[in-house]
Amino acid sequence: MTTSTTTAAPGTPAPPAGRPRPADAARPRRRRRRAGSAAPYAFLAPAIALFALFLALPIGYAVYLSFRRVKVSGLGLGKNARTEVWAGLENYRTALSDPDFVASVLRVLVYGVILVPTMLGLALLFALLLDARRVRAKSFSRVSIFLPYAVPAVISSLLWGFLYLPSVSPITYVTEKLGWGSPDVLDSGWVMFAIANIALWGGVGFNMVVIYTALKAIPTDLYEAARLDGASERQIAWRIKVPIVLPSLILTFIFSMIATLQVFAEPITLKPLTNTIASTWSPLMTVYRDAFVRNDIYSAAALSVVIALATLVLSFGFLRLVQRRAFSQEK
Amino acid sequence: MRLHTSLKVAAAVAATALLASACSSGGSGDGDGSASPSTRTTPTDPAQKIDLTYWTWAPGMDEVVKAWNTAHPNIHVTVNKQDGGDPAVTKLLTAIKAGSGAPDIMQAEYQKIPTLVAADALADITGDVSADLESEFSEGAWQSVTLGSDTVYAVPQDSGPMEFYYRADVFEKYGLKVPTTWDEYAQVAAQLHQKDPKAYLGTFSANDAGWFTGLAQQAGASWWGIDGDAWSVDIDSAATQKVASYWGKLVQQGVIDNKPMYTPAWNKALNDGTQVGWVSAIWAPGVLEGNAASTKGKWKMAKLPQWNAGDDVTGNWGGSATAVTTQSKNPQYAAEFVEWLNTSPEAAKLLVTEGGLYPAALESQKTALSDPPAFFSNQPDFYTLASQISSTVAPFTYGPNVNVAYSSYNDEFGKATKAKTEQAFTDAVSAMQTTTLDDLKQSGYNVKE
Repeated sequence: MTTSTTTAAPGTPAPPAGRPRPADAARPRRRRRRAGSAAPYAFLAPAIALFALFLALPIGYAVYLSFRRVKVSGLGLGKNARTEVWAGLENYRTALSDPDFVASVLRVLVYGVILVPTMLGLALLFALLLDARRVRAKSFSRVSIFLPYAVPAVISSLLWGFLYLPSVSPITYVTEKLGWGSPDVLDSGWVMFAIANIALWGGVGFNMVVIYTALKAIPTDLYEAARLDGASERQIAWRIKVPIVLPSLILTFIFSMIATLQVFAEPITLKPLTNTIASTWSPLMTVYRDAFVRNDIYSAAALSVVIALATLVLSFGFLRLVQRRAFSQEK
Repeated sequence: MRLHTSLKVAAAVAATALLASACSSGGSGDGDGSASPSTRTTPTDPAQKIDLTYWTWAPGMDEVVKAWNTAHPNIHVTVNKQDGGDPAVTKLLTAIKAGSGAPDIMQAEYQKIPTLVAADALADITGDVSADLESEFSEGAWQSVTLGSDTVYAVPQDSGPMEFYYRADVFEKYGLKVPTTWDEYAQVAAQLHQKDPKAYLGTFSANDAGWFTGLAQQAGASWWGIDGDAWSVDIDSAATQKVASYWGKLVQQGVIDNKPMYTPAWNKALNDGTQVGWVSAIWAPGVLEGNAASTKGKWKMAKLPQWNAGDDVTGNWGGSATAVTTQSKNPQYAAEFVEWLNTSPEAAKLLVTEGGLYPAALESQKTALSDPPAFFSNQPDFYTLASQISSTVAPFTYGPNVNVAYSSYNDEFGKATKAKTEQAFTDAVSAMQTTTLDDLKQSGYNVKE
């Protein structure tokens, strides 16, 4: 359990009773150097080859495409009517000045502000509840909270879509019987919450498991000491557990933030059900529209680069912001 | 770890963009990008065997092709099933760009033909088909495959003349008259909604650009045009504005629904009789049968309401043609198959019985279709009426960026149906015009304003 946590979350504090590592590590290193300097590269080669082929090369090609565009001449019919030309920063200029794209970015930011704290709050709450001393049906609860994560987003969006459409929804059936009318969450300002709800339903379980795993790694003598000092369960949760799993919270926060910026499956599955979700609802939907509806892979590439850079800046920015607080134990 | 995460993100988004150019495998892979010069010779030498691949999504096409393969042992056609019109076009354009991977023969919806011709994906088969092929089709259909020029890019397969479908039982129950003009349609819509506040005579769907295009076509619009060596865009015309303002008013008054078609909610409304009418096309029986099987025998088909009493004109929604791609090594044999597929009586019969298509060839419409579709067994003259209607389809020219205009329709009319005002509907048409025209100009096309 401990090993898996440390590999998954780099910020998980090292076990307090640390072994004398430097001495352990020094001996094999000397031996390796004698074996020949090519060995490490041989071990690295497969990873580097895969990295270059499936990561670096496609990224490079996408960046290249983002500086190109098609130039049509005349009516654009027949052979040689279209040529690919250098476009410079034109695709970027068009993308960043497109009010629809700017609106989609703002929309997704609001969406993230709604979704991420709610999701992580619930995940932390569930993890703490499961970790509490007297809990019944622990593994059943854990599995049932985690299960929605195993449902593909397209399927869950379809299911929720049915629940949202007033004329086919059992929920509406009940609200109508109670005399509350038939709220149409897809056809109003509520659509953002409707989508966030699907992501929340699917995401809480995963984040809960990450946090719960970190909680399980805390040595129990800490709790014993706290109890001897007279701390209540709530105080233990708030003063000991939460600060110790903070790195896991940060990790899940970054994952959630990235997932938010890339929200795609839920809105595009719900789109045919309503007039409220435009084809540029989220930034990735705009990329999809440009690439596959408008056949303009150049603009799609430029948008992709912009989104990747924004994600990079946000992730690094956030990490830098919290680094000293969260990972101070490591230094 | 941090770097790793960010790279993963970058890779994911880059991959999204790259899919457009990377998913070209899966075709026949035998094209070398250059078509051999066409020489019209039927292979009589039994040793010579020609293999052709055919991308299509029409149901039952396997059976039709089987008939061809039995009759032509030297020219073997292999069907490669596609998901539908949009993904097939995306795949084909990718294969054309990659220089290999395209099939010999391709099903293409009418509105996609200019886009495909502009991408140099469709071969010129003028010399490979019969010289009098034009006489087999209506003027509107022929114009769609020649783009109004003398060059033949495809052969029409099926068409989708628009009609008005209604629940005869509900009409009878409320004593409603079948509308023959759009004014009457508006009155009937209001009467029906008054008698049953849950029922609507129809819905304005912001998801179906082809539907609105057909209605504009009926009103006399033609959204694109070729003038010399320049394109013109005429979406924001008086005819389209008339259609938009008409539906905008109905939605604003609330007598017509504003929800999209083809949703679970819409299916339910068809079933429980709250969607009492559907402005649709000749293929509607199949959709109704699939989505509302329990309403069999309750529907009837009538001519589309007219703008002026006494007129007799309709639009087109759906339908496709069959084309030969520029990567085909045997365009002349491919063209021979395409012509057989869309004009021969035996193929027409199979297309109707196996595929449920409404053939575009005028002769086939008369011979291959006699009994009404099972779902409309209560209307014995279904195909007689349909054949009459199909000869009244107004001409319409599609442009090279239909995809842009259609996606703009989805977004602009999505806003308009949400706003529910007539003003928003007419504004949406103007916005479509701007987006479509700007796109042509930005791509470098010669554009006449």
